[in-house]
Formats: sequence, structure tokens, C-alpha cells
Amino acid sequence: MLYFARWKVTLILAVLVIGLLYALPNALPENVRQSWPGFLPDKTMNLGLDLRGGSHLLFEVDIDAVREERMEALVDDAKQVLREDPLIPHRVTVQNGAVEVRILGDGDMEEVADRLEDLARPVSGILVPGQANPRSVSIEQVDDTTFRMVQTEDALEKLSRDIVQQSIEVIRKRIDEYGTTEPNIQRQGDNRILVQVPGLDDPERLKELIGQTAQMTFHLVYSDNPGDLTSAMQGRVPPGARLVPSDEAGQPDILVRRRAVLSGEDLKNAYQGSHPQTGAPVVNFSFNLSGAKIFGDITTDNVGRRFAIVLDDKVITAPRINSPITGGSGYIEGNFTIESATDLATLLNAGALPAPLTVVEERTVGAGLGADSIKAGEFAAVVGFLAVVVFVLIAYGVFGVFANIALFANVMLIAGVLSMLQATLTLPGIAGIILTIGMAVDANVLIFERIREESRAGRSPVNSVETGYTRALSTILDANITTLIAAVLLFQFGSGPVRGFAVTLGIGILTSVFTAFVLSRLIASLWLRMARPKTLPI
Amino acid sequence: MRFSLIHIVPETTKVPFIKGRFVAMLFSAVLMIASIGAFATMGLNLGIDFVGGTLIEIETQEDANLTEIRESLNGLGFGEVQVQTFGAANDVLIKMRQQEPENPEVEMAAERAQQQAANTVQETLVEMLPGVEFRRVEVVGPAVSGELVRAGILAVGLALGAMLIYIWFRFEWQFSLGAVIALTHDVIATMGMFAVTQFEFNLASIAAILTIVGYSMNDTVVVYDRIRENLRKFKRMPLAELLNLSINQTLSRTLITSITTLIALFALFFLGGAVLRGFSFAMIWGVLIGTYSSIFVASPLLLLTGVKRGTSEQDS
Repeated sequence: MLYFARWKVTLILAVLVIGLLYALPNALPENVRQSWPGFLPDKTMNLGLDLRGGSHLLFEVDIDAVREERMEALVDDAKQVLREDPLIPHRVTVQNGAVEVRILGDGDMEEVADRLEDLARPVSGILVPGQANPRSVSIEQVDDTTFRMVQTEDALEKLSRDIVQQSIEVIRKRIDEYGTTEPNIQRQGDNRILVQVPGLDDPERLKELIGQTAQMTFHLVYSDNPGDLTSAMQGRVPPGARLVPSDEAGQPDILVRRRAVLSGEDLKNAYQGSHPQTGAPVVNFSFNLSGAKIFGDITTDNVGRRFAIVLDDKVITAPRINSPITGGSGYIEGNFTIESATDLATLLNAGALPAPLTVVEERTVGAGLGADSIKAGEFAAVVGFLAVVVFVLIAYGVFGVFANIALFANVMLIAGVLSMLQATLTLPGIAGIILTIGMAVDANVLIFERIREESRAGRSPVNSVETGYTRALSTILDANITTLIAAVLLFQFGSGPVRGFAVTLGIGILTSVFTAFVLSRLIASLWLRMARPKTLPI
Repeated sequence: MRFSLIHIVPETTKVPFIKGRFVAMLFSAVLMIASIGAFATMGLNLGIDFVGGTLIEIETQEDANLTEIRESLNGLGFGEVQVQTFGAANDVLIKMRQQEPENPEVEMAAERAQQQAANTVQETLVEMLPGVEFRRVEVVGPAVSGELVRAGILAVGLALGAMLIYIWFRFEWQFSLGAVIALTHDVIATMGMFAVTQFEFNLASIAAILTIVGYSMNDTVVVYDRIRENLRKFKRMPLAELLNLSINQTLSRTLITSITTLIALFALFFLGGAVLRGFSFAMIWGVLIGTYSSIFVASPLLLLTGVKRGTSEQDS
């Protein structure tokens, strides 16, 4: 065990040198790293949000809302096909999550089935040869007059996938427009989106920017007649109309036409500007070609009436059309500050979210606390390290020196591996490193105690050291594998910062077996060869 | 370089650990009953990770007037708001429980109520304390907290199961049973400590428990390894005597490793900052209890389960 082939020595040294090279950037100031030759690693450890400051936001996509919308659309579609010539008398209702179509009188049921069948589009546009394409709606006839239509699991699954994917794209656009660096946006589970943004001065604003649906629609006002409004407020909303509250507190609701003439999707772009007369902040917008045409036609036909701009089910503004607007652009007045007008423009440019989002978990750390945590963590690590070094030296003398070299190499390797893998170092991660400093000595303690025993039993120094290392190996492996099991489980089930702890603990266990067993053995064997001791100073 | 080394433990010890097993058993029994009792009567002081809620840490310009902050936040109608200093006199921790939504049947209503409450509290603080700095804001909704509880219980359960299987594989079922009973002992004692001290029990506490499980297992494995070796070496020695010999032979290592780990943990406890204090305290407790259990619980249990001596020989 004490003889090392040359290639083994080379390998051990190579591991140490590579570890050192990867760890080194962490100890060097920025400008030195910049002027570093390109072939050397220049990445520092990747600090977690709890150390560098930033926001961790977990959103849940409200897919049920979209499913309900789809259900309503299915009801409308069913009515539509049955109304076609020749009209088939029918009643369509939603019952226990299914659309029930009841045919009144004696309609031709085969004709009905044929027409409804048109609604069952394939889930994906691509036909796979030799494979039944899953359909979006399943239709069954329950009795002589009734059909049941249900959205299939395949369709709902695809819907969820698409919605989450679209939401992620919209969020990314919004954050990019907001101008923050290095956001991390990823899907989590079936219907959640994790957004991590480092170093923010105003997390509240970001949260609002991401969480707002920003569904904008343009409606003509149905009626300005106060009588109509009052009766609508009492629950008698005329068909084809909708009562929408105003965005400004204290303003009355507005009765608008149910059908939107244009939506945010028809916009080409939007930007913050100021009102030509008052100078108040407004949002300027321009429509794309088809939008501009529709807007021109509508304003031409409805001079003197009002139209309402509705954002997320609230009327922002409802100006009167004084003259036809054919240029395809305009501005939105409202109760804006420069900041809120800029944000609205950002939202309109990035597009609407396909489904509402809710924050289910938020963890924001200010840059001040992060810096304090790093300082405290570093200080605790240095003090802990030195105290352990002194203790080991007192307990094992010259062998303590070996163990301490191994310990130092271990910390260096942990830093190197963390930088190399670009794993995230969190505050609990620092705790993991400090704990590893304490526990990493264990392997050496096991070996040295064994050497003491063997030496006491009358073996020669070389023989004692040799036997000590050999016999301790299986114990060391058993002991470390059990801790490694704990670290792996922690990584699997832990979230956020706790995972950081599992990462450093796990890396620390692996590197400590290398340094405490392999490296310290190499040093011990060199020492034995050079010092040739008659008795062991242990 | 020769200087006299301090031998933490004299070279050969003959402490009659096994003889003391009845005292230890009594002590452990009392500890278990007390822990479970404390757990049942006082419960854990669960952090927002597990019950949902809001935690805000602020730094004020001058030393904070806690009474004033408490009064104005309690006046907002979000239930009882806990206000306490955290580390320094101008560092304040504000905790708010999960909000009850007005119409709970609406999807995500609780989460929204929670966000709203957190926003209102932050706005109030900004108005009340000019120049206040928000050091940390954590809001955990009920859906997420429920998942974190399940994941935490699952992780600890699986860790115990995985250890059981590993030890079974490497040793024999008697060892594996003894080790897992000792680990369960440690987990219960740690939960009891959390109940008695009412330290906040959060995600970091789960990490601490898992690490304690790993550490205690580590300790137990070292003693078991020696027992297995001695079982092969001294075929005629009575089991009680053999267990005692093994514990004594590994005693020096057990203590030295505990000391180095404790040194590191004390550094973390005193210097690592307020956020890590709860975690390092739990770990310190865990190292003590884990060391105790591998000597006084895991090994004596082998006397009860009875190790068959012939079969250990195939193991390496």
C-alpha cells in the first residue's frame, strides 16, 4: 500500500493541479482573471441568490381557467354547427365537466353526429402514419336525444404543455425588456414556472410585471344611457353586452359590447410617451397592417360613440371617437406614472400570458444580507479550519501535518469542483463546507488510530503505517457511503438553498476520501522513505 | 519534530460501557418519552416553509422600536404578527402566519391573500420607517408548504430505509436493525429538542436531521466494523466482553472525530451569522446524541438481537 507507481503519483498530482487551477479564480481579483490566458479556467463559483441577493419566484399557471374557457368555446362551437342550415333545434349545457347536447324534436341523429364530429380535431397537426391520431374531443351518444362531448386527456395534456411553454416565452420577453441580466426561467413540475433573477432593486415591480396577464382588448361601448347602466348593474345585462369595472377607483362601471374588435395581438408596438396637450404620461401604440385597417373602418363608422380599452377585465380608458383614425396609431390615456406607463408598454410588447399566474413561493434576499452572509460564512470557515488544524496537530504531531495538508487540499478541491461544475454555492452550502472540514478529518483519524494500535502491537513503523491504511479502508468506505446516501436524498428532495447544502456535502465526501486516504498516504510513504523513523511519533 | 502528543484517550481503555447498558437504556427511554411528550404537548415551532406564511427581515436606520412596529402591523388585520430582533438591535424579523382567504373555494385564493398581506406589510413599513432596507422577504403559499412537508418526511424516511438496506447488505440484519433503532432514537431526540427549545423548525432543520442521520450512522458503522473484525478474531470471547472491547478500541477515534466536528460547528454557531444559528445548534445536538447512541444504543442492541458468530466470516 505504501508503494506508489510513478503513474499513480503523476495522476494524484494532476488531480491536485487541476483542482488548484479551477479553484484559483475565486481567490483572484476580477482584473487578474480578465488578463488570464484563455486556456486557463476563469470561472468563479456560482453564488446562489441567498448570497448575491436576488429573487426566487415560483409561479403556478392556472390551467383550470383555460380549460374552462375551452369548455365554453366548445359550447359555442356546438351551437354554431347545429345552427347551420338546416337548423337542428337543440339545447347545449355543461354538466359535470362535459358538454351535453340535447336535440329537441326529432332531429336526424346521424346528421347531428356528423356535424359534431367536425369539432373533434386531431390534437397535433402532424399525422403519424400507422398510428391513430389522438383527438381533441371525444363524442358519445348517451341516449336517443343526447350527445356528450368531453375534452380528451391527450388534448388537455397538450394544452397544459403549450400554455406553460407559452407562458415561459412571454415571461422571458418581459424580463428581457425589463433589462435584467441572467434571469433563470424554467418549468417545474406540470404547471409551475420558476423565475430566478439575481440582484434586483425592486422585486415588487418585477413580480407585477411577470404576474400580470396583460390581456388587452378594444371594445365599442354598448350604451352610455344611464338607464341601461343602472339596469345592467342590477343584473339585467343585455345580450351581447358586458359590464366592465373601471380601473380607476370611484368611477362607474362601463357597459361595453361583448365582442372585442381588436386585441393586444393586433398591436405592432407600444412605448411610453407624453400627452400632446397635458404632458401627462401615456402609452403610445400602433397597430399592425390588418389592425390599422379594422381600427380605421370602425372609427369611421362610429364617429361620436365611445370605445373602451380593456386591460385584464378593467377599463383603462374610454375616449369618444371625434373623427376617423386611419393612421393606425393612437395613445392610451389613464392614471399613469412614467413608470407604470413604461411597464404597460413592456407588457403590450411582450404579449399577453395565455393563463393567469399566481405566486406560490417567493424568496427574495437583499444584496446587503447576501454580502453579510458571505462575510460571516468565510470568517466561520477560516476560524473553524484553523481550530481544527491546531487540534489535529496537537493530537497527531507529524501525522497531523499530513492530515492538515490533506484537509487543505480537500477545501481547495471542493472550491475547484464547485467552480468546474458551476454548481450553485448557497449559505447552507457554506455550512456544508464547514461541516465537511470537521468531518473530513475522520478518515485520517480512523487511519491514525489504527496505526497507533498496530504500532502498539509491536509492528515496525513501515508495517504499522501500511497495515493502518489497509485495515481502515473498508471502514472509511462504509462510513462515507452512508453519509453520501443522506446527501443524495437531501439533493433529491430538498429545494433551493438546502440543495446547495447537499451539493457541497456530497462533493466534500468524495474529495475527502481522495485527500484523506490517497493523498495523505502518498505523503506518509514519502516521509517514511526519507525519515526512516525507528519508532512512530504518533 | 517530537513533542508530546496529547492523547485524548489513554492508550488502552477498559471502560465497562456494556455494563452500563441498563443505565443507558433507562436514560434513553426517559429521553424518548420526554421527547415524544414534548412533541405531543408543545409541538414544533414550524417555520413558514411548512405552514405557509410570510417572513420579512428588515434593517432600520436606528435601533428599532419593536413595540411600535408590532402595534402598527397588528392593526392591519392580518392576524398576529410576530416582531423580534434578529442578531442586531436594528435588524428586525417579522413573521406572519398563513392568511385565511375570504372565499377559499376560489383557486389560489390563499396564495393571493398571502401576497397581498405581504405587500401591505411592506408598504406600511416603508411609510413608518424611512430608509428601511428589506434584507429578506419570503412568502410561502399553502400548496408549496404542504409539498415541502411531504418531501421532508419522505426524505428522512427514505434515508432511514436506505441505511437499513446498506447495513443489511454490508453486515447482517442484527446490525442493520440495531443501527436503524439507534438512528430513530437520534431523530426522535432531535425532534424533542426542537419541541422543548421551540427553535424554528424549517427546511434547514430537515437538512440538519438528515446530516445527523448520516453522521450517527458513520459513527455506528465504525464501531460495528470493529465488532465484526473482533468476532472473527476472538471466537470464544463472550459477546458482552467483545462488544466492550470493540467500543473501547474505537473510543479514541469516536471522540476525536466528534471533537473536530464540534469545533467546526461551534465556529459556525458563533461566527456564521444568525441565519445559520438554528441549523448549527441542531447539528451540535445531533453530534452529541449521535456519538452517545452509537456507543450506548447501537452496540448493546446487538446483545439483545444476538449476533450469529459463524456467518460473519464471509464478509470482507
